[in-house]
Amino acid sequence: MKPLKAQLRAELQLVRRNGEQILLTLGIPVLLLVFFGTVDVLPIDLEEPTDFLLPGILALAIMSTSMVSLGIATGFERSYQVLKRLGATPLGRGRLVQAKILTVFLVEIVQFAILIPIGLALGWRPQGALWPAAIVVILAGTSAFAGLGLTMAGRLRGEINLAAQNGLYLLLLLLGGMIIPLNELPAPLKAIGQVLPSGALADLMHETLNRSGENPGVSAVVLATWAIATPLVAAKTFRWS
Amino acid sequence: MPGVVVENLVVKYNDLVAVDDVSFEAPEGRVTAVIGPNGAGKTSTIEVCEGFRTATSGRVCVLGLDPKRQHDELTTVMGVMLQGGGVYPSARVVDVVTLFCALHDRGAVPRELIDLVGLSTRAKSTWRQLSGGEQQRLSLALALAARPRVAFLDEPTSGVDIDGRDTIRTIIRDLAANGTTVVLASHELDEAERVADHVVMFRAGHVIAAGALASLRASVDSIRFSTSSMIDVSELSHALGASVRAVADGDYVIEAASTPDIMAQLAQWLSQRNLALTDVRTGHETLIEIYRRITGGPQ
Repeated sequence: MKPLKAQLRAELQLVRRNGEQILLTLGIPVLLLVFFGTVDVLPIDLEEPTDFLLPGILALAIMSTSMVSLGIATGFERSYQVLKRLGATPLGRGRLVQAKILTVFLVEIVQFAILIPIGLALGWRPQGALWPAAIVVILAGTSAFAGLGLTMAGRLRGEINLAAQNGLYLLLLLLGGMIIPLNELPAPLKAIGQVLPSGALADLMHETLNRSGENPGVSAVVLATWAIATPLVAAKTFRWS
Repeated sequence: MPGVVVENLVVKYNDLVAVDDVSFEAPEGRVTAVIGPNGAGKTSTIEVCEGFRTATSGRVCVLGLDPKRQHDELTTVMGVMLQGGGVYPSARVVDVVTLFCALHDRGAVPRELIDLVGLSTRAKSTWRQLSGGEQQRLSLALALAARPRVAFLDEPTSGVDIDGRDTIRTIIRDLAANGTTVVLASHELDEAERVADHVVMFRAGHVIAAGALASLRASVDSIRFSTSSMIDVSELSHALGASVRAVADGDYVIEAASTPDIMAQLAQWLSQRNLALTDVRTGHETLIEIYRRITGGPQ
């Protein structure tokens, strides 16, 4: 336990010391929630736009932390030989991965603790929320995006990984029904969005928090597939140095 | 007793043979310098010893352990100093040293380690705020966090100022004095010579010489000197009645004891040709000279 606790502490210190990570994991979701929750510019046919926005923004927060933040940090750690050096200690790969997963969950808890009260303040009212199911969806989404982030981090050079993570983040955000409803996208883009992990996660967050998912059955299959496949690909392809 | 045993090691990267049938031993409680030019196979060999790289063939044993199969056990007694980086740029000195000490059951005390490498005043600085020499000191501190029984140090004094080099040399000697097997890789031969008891000399993937430094030195006496201009070695050889050879541009070796007569003859011969004697040394060979003698000079 001692090495795991030490590494977890170090991971949290790094998150706290890296301003860009805080901007990505907290700044952007909060800004998007507050802006689109108060400025009526989105094509949302709801009396209370926050009812649509908050589940999507929570899905965005999960993607920011588990894919982009984790992926960029891990990619640079690989480039800077941090992983190699840790490999020469009793920490071991298993505990390193555990520390990173725990860090992601702790950051997500902080994100939710900030975003949900803001959503409530902006008018969100959970309708028939299925909290245990929402937790399962959050875990599956975290797994899918962490797998994606680590797949890129484990193969690409630091700077290329940084660009690729940010590019994919933007793509998954726009096509994932997190801010712009999938129904508002052209049919081909909507079809793509439905099979993306962001689209499936956002749909299931809508379903579990507001019972307003478009196609939760299909989304559950899609998200489960990503949640299993991407960590396996990451484990198979990851290079530690 | 050897702390590290390498037998018939081969490391290939696709078709490139980086390490070709290499064998040597690093004695326990001694400093062994693995030297040679860049790309000679030093780092690949050490990475196999650290368990980071798989040998294509051959056997490596570190403190009686197989570095790959018994890596977890080895990490509890091994210290590793990487050639570059290995620390997240935004991590503070005190935090990263504390982390590495906490990763070991009987790790060093962080404050003592920071003091030892002379970074007390920089404890709250981040890696990116440190100078190149300070980064090397921090890297060394991380290698010592385990209180290692075997330490692999890659270019430990590279980019370090004079004071820093003195500190690092003292730490390395103290490590060995306390029983740690130290293996350091370096292409700075004069630096390696200052701390090493044993030497393993690499060239183009092969070990061209290995053993105690004293045993590698030529048994015959010699006089090494440098001049401001090139000289005719056969003419000097004839004048002195001793073998003279060029080892590098302007550097020469006379295979003879440094008697007053021969030193006077050399000075007179140079004086007659108005050549400045820019350096002269007698006694045992330096590591650079051993390397040049064995390799036959620059290629």
